[in-house]
Amino acid sequence: MDFRPPLAKALGLGSAKTGTSHWWMQRVTAVALVPLSFPLLTLLNLCFNEPYRDTVAWLATPFNTVCIVAWLLAVFYHAALGLQVVIEDYVANEGAKIAAVWAVNLAFLFLALAALLAVLRIILVG
Amino acid sequence: MAEFTLPKNSVITEGKTFKAPAHAKNIRRFEVYRWDPDSGENPRVDVYELDMDDCGPMVLDAILKIKNDIDSTLTFRRSCREGVCGSCAMNVNGKNTLACTKAIDAYPGTIKIYPLPHMSVVKDLVPDMTHFYAQYASIKPWIATQTPAPADSERLQSKEDRAKLDGLYECVLCACCSTSCPSYWWNSDRYLGPAVLLQAYRWLADSRDENAGARLDELEDPFKLYRCHTIMNCTDTCPKGLNPAKAIAETKKLMLQRQ
Repeated sequence: MDFRPPLAKALGLGSAKTGTSHWWMQRVTAVALVPLSFPLLTLLNLCFNEPYRDTVAWLATPFNTVCIVAWLLAVFYHAALGLQVVIEDYVANEGAKIAAVWAVNLAFLFLALAALLAVLRIILVG
Repeated sequence: MAEFTLPKNSVITEGKTFKAPAHAKNIRRFEVYRWDPDSGENPRVDVYELDMDDCGPMVLDAILKIKNDIDSTLTFRRSCREGVCGSCAMNVNGKNTLACTKAIDAYPGTIKIYPLPHMSVVKDLVPDMTHFYAQYASIKPWIATQTPAPADSERLQSKEDRAKLDGLYECVLCACCSTSCPSYWWNSDRYLGPAVLLQAYRWLADSRDENAGARLDELEDPFKLYRCHTIMNCTDTCPKGLNPAKAIAETKKLMLQRQ
């Protein structure tokens, strides 16, 4: 039997005093990804239809590099924030939840670094 | 934790069928969830055929007719029969509503009646509301002030400020919205749910209250408030036509405003 009063269960451990920034950054990155998708689509179009040299030349201009790097940062940050929420929604076991959230954040950090390095390599080395 | 299959002791079996009287011409079929904690049996669905020429127009009228004339063991909550007490909240044809304000004719064919989803069942159509009410108490749903009340009058409020409570004060805490919310199904131990969050906003929106900061502090939590993913089932199902999703959005806006 659980004799804890219902109010004690409802109050739980109280407020975590956090949550707004996570929620807000998810919105900010989502909105940022809308305009940033256009340079990405241009890049993908070049990748599939134009010679490699032209694609690199397009990517190497400062504005385009910044746009693509910004898209990469926004998309991986957005994905990490979003997947963390999905895990928190569906995984109740505390240990599994923490492990999954760590794994997701580290995986997206790794992917973001790899993608950034790839962009730098392409524009600097060719 | 998300549960996608029913536990073995919750799997619903076929129940009894109560045929309509032979002379009945206008028959409607009602399938009603039944579970008796004392029997040790799984829940079942009993079928009642009602003569609609001898029954009131609302779903609650049908349930009362079953209880009074056909099967007195059917257990459910009801009180006001006019949508102001919130007692007879149940799931009718897959959507939470108040049985007393929902017309039988609003549905075609068979009417399926179940208790509110994802709540522990006490018996038949009666869910255990203990945690829901405790969550309501946890947001301190009463005015909190530091200024003493005026000696010779009430705490005054302009008509404009009073109008800000419209769409909030009408909530009867029937829990139709909270129990329609998948986020509340999975995480109701910590997520407050749309009904309680609407009430929390009702006090944030009250011009006479002097406790907004502390109220927002209590809601600043990834689970208490931010499990709302704007699924909107709450607003879709509210039998009073209220908009809990908007109240939650307004609360999130207040959270940003104070940053």
